[in-house]
Amino acid sequence: MSDKATLRAEAATLLARFEAAGAQAVETDLLQPAETLLDLYGEDIRARAYVTHDPDRGEMMLRPDFTVPVVQMHMANGADPARYAYMGEVFRTQAAGSGRPSEYLQVGFEVFDRANPTRADAEVFALFSDVLSPYRLRAVTGDIGLLLAAIDTLTTTTPRKAALRRHIWRPRRFRALIDRYTGRAPVPLARAALIAAAEGQGASALVAAAGPEIGLRSTAEVEARIATLMEDAKAPPIPPAEAEVLGVILSLKAMLPDACEQLRDVCVDLPGLVPAVDRFAARMEALDAAGVDVAHLPFEASYGRTTMEYYDGFVFGFLAPGRPDLPPAATGGRYDALTRILGAGREIPAVGGVIRPGLLAQMAEGGAA
Amino acid sequence: MTIRLGIPSKGRLMDKTFGWFADRGLEMRRTGSEREYAAEVDGAEVELMLLSAGEIPRELAAGRIHLGVTGSDLVQERIPAWDQTVEIVAPMGFGHADLVIAVPKCWVDVTSLDDLDAVAAAFRARHGFRLRIATKYHRLVRDFLRGAGVADYQLVDSQGATEGTVAHGNAEAIADITSTGETLRANHLKVLDDGLIHRSEATLFRARGAVWGTAERAALADLVARIGAV
Repeated sequence: MSDKATLRAEAATLLARFEAAGAQAVETDLLQPAETLLDLYGEDIRARAYVTHDPDRGEMMLRPDFTVPVVQMHMANGADPARYAYMGEVFRTQAAGSGRPSEYLQVGFEVFDRANPTRADAEVFALFSDVLSPYRLRAVTGDIGLLLAAIDTLTTTTPRKAALRRHIWRPRRFRALIDRYTGRAPVPLARAALIAAAEGQGASALVAAAGPEIGLRSTAEVEARIATLMEDAKAPPIPPAEAEVLGVILSLKAMLPDACEQLRDVCVDLPGLVPAVDRFAARMEALDAAGVDVAHLPFEASYGRTTMEYYDGFVFGFLAPGRPDLPPAATGGRYDALTRILGAGREIPAVGGVIRPGLLAQMAEGGAA
Repeated sequence: MTIRLGIPSKGRLMDKTFGWFADRGLEMRRTGSEREYAAEVDGAEVELMLLSAGEIPRELAAGRIHLGVTGSDLVQERIPAWDQTVEIVAPMGFGHADLVIAVPKCWVDVTSLDDLDAVAAAFRARHGFRLRIATKYHRLVRDFLRGAGVADYQLVDSQGATEGTVAHGNAEAIADITSTGETLRANHLKVLDDGLIHRSEATLFRARGAVWGTAERAALADLVARIGAV
């Protein structure tokens, strides 16, 4: 295992590469307000981050990632466009006995640029690919934007699309929703009974008979949801052919040019997908123009679905071949929506990624052994 | 006196533990005055330690006691990767309580986790913060909800009178221990159909990390033979 000073020196070398690529080096606080992170990531982050208590500022977290503070800093007073680089420790609790470090270095690069998001995607990937080339890692790419677009093309109601979009990150629940919306799974008995009762005596009477109103969720909210459920019960099922095409997209794994061809074929059935596939093709061209060997770059449509909740476009990872036990040595992607959430009314297209020097060193050692 | 057995120091849990061992031919009794936390056991190589039930998981995890009797809910909540740290010697058949998720009875539209998830999304959009679930069982509840794919909620800590937090406006739902459901009903709450997180009971645990030399293993084998556990 490399010692900390060695790793820090390697991280500094990576940082210098990012600065040479036009980034301004920035620092962020180690102590981050827990509220922002909890609101963004939910309870899961509490299980993975170190939470501590400040008598004055309340709950604080030891920096679990750089993206959030860097976006906040940019949204508060950043130049437009801007490129940032950073290095430092992040802290994550690990499962008992996993042997994974709970404190490790990250070196990152982020691009905030409205001019040409496709070119920015390619710029970031090409830079990472170049910087990481000595390590012989396996790159993989994905596109959450394509999945979101595919959901949008389904012939179904707006609330159903919203529910599918929301659960794109939780594949099990996503599948359960698809089964429900296509009619493969029956309407739950309790819901059928509720709808029947509401049709019989009216939602208000039903709610009034159930007991006193307690808590913040008002009777009006309960009645509104009953109305939504009654609407939903009338919605026709998603045609099986469409669900099948969605399944094809989600399980697509191929090299970029082949994936692009297959997506073009899918567009025959789902013409609504054309703009997203055009963006995919444009990104492939931009990657090619940036010197990336796209013919041998894998695309996995579901890559990033379980681990990268704030990404909403292009995503990528660099993994050690033959080491499925190790997390990716580098990950990144596009997170336009995050800038909107943290930007208080303002937004900017953003893409970036991080490298973990500790994992690079571990992989190099493993390879030599 | 080679292995140390931690048992609850007061109340029904202690009496039932004494009774459970007595039924299996192991008489335990307190020594000294009623207020002294000391006890002994007849005819076995066991040193009794009377401890607060809530401290027994910690003592087991640290390996300071070889065996311990406590609720399975406390062990699973307080010991990370509990099954790697302790081993179940015998479920004891008393101290039953269910850890459940409950919501206001007036939520006629909510009977399942599916509903809770959908309501959490709508609640967050309307109120601007995540739906709050009051509990003291953070780890168990979080793992359960993650497995079920429920999003847009937050846990708020409640160390007691949890059933009252909804009426007080401090939470929208709760996750708490119930044995009869009486307190839930009295507070206008109902349990979700698929909201059972853990069925807890008093359990005899073995600490994997305690010192297990030849003498300790022999004492354990003797004890296990006498109580008839596997």
